Amino acid sequence: MGACLIDGRGFLLPIPYSLNPGPLRYSQKGMAIEQNKNVAAGSGFVYLPLIAGWLVPGAGHFLLRKWARGALLTASILGMFILGIAMQGNLYSGASDILHILGLAGDLGNGLLFVFAKLLGLGADPVQVTTADWGTRFIVVAGLLNVIAAVDAHNLRTGRKS
Amino acid sequence: MFRPSHFTAVVLFALFASIVFGITQRATTRRMIHYGIYCFVLFVGSAIVLSWLMFLIAR
Repeated sequence: MGACLIDGRGFLLPIPYSLNPGPLRYSQKGMAIEQNKNVAAGSGFVYLPLIAGWLVPGAGHFLLRKWARGALLTASILGMFILGIAMQGNLYSGASDILHILGLAGDLGNGLLFVFAKLLGLGADPVQVTTADWGTRFIVVAGLLNVIAAVDAHNLRTGRKS
Repeated sequence: MFRPSHFTAVVLFALFASIVFGITQRATTRRMIHYGIYCFVLFVGSAIVLSWLMFLIAR
């Protein structure tokens, strides 16, 4: 039987669950509960690490003072992007068919890297050698990994991840 | 122009992707390292196994 109160007539009244949740039967460590959110969330714009992490790889983690994680993410994503460019990978620009649209979506995940590479005219348009095809995949995957890293920074900011 | 061998490209891809997966998919440092190594081995291992399969099928 759960916790009860005795009213003025001597009847037992059950206490609502919201007032008495009972013993904790599972760990709430790392979950997005109010207590954890209050610990992680300070003042400021909550989406800043997400946006910063998307625009500059690793910046979201740097904002949250996760220096080592941020440095490793920056090195990995930047390294993958630079290798893709060095392999003469293609930077998607048009959206002529579904594959190009998906490729462009992946490339846009690189944030400012994609913009600067486009402005500098990096990357090759026609894929003529095998390594250029691999380079194109490297660039797209770098963008997708950057999106994952930015979402991770957002989760750290909101307290969903410790 | 950087022209790696196929295996070098696989290893580089696996290395970078595993680092990001390890950091983003696990919460503690120890588990990040374990998961990163796990992903790297799966990436490279599956590439080697599939390569042998394709080689045997093509013969």
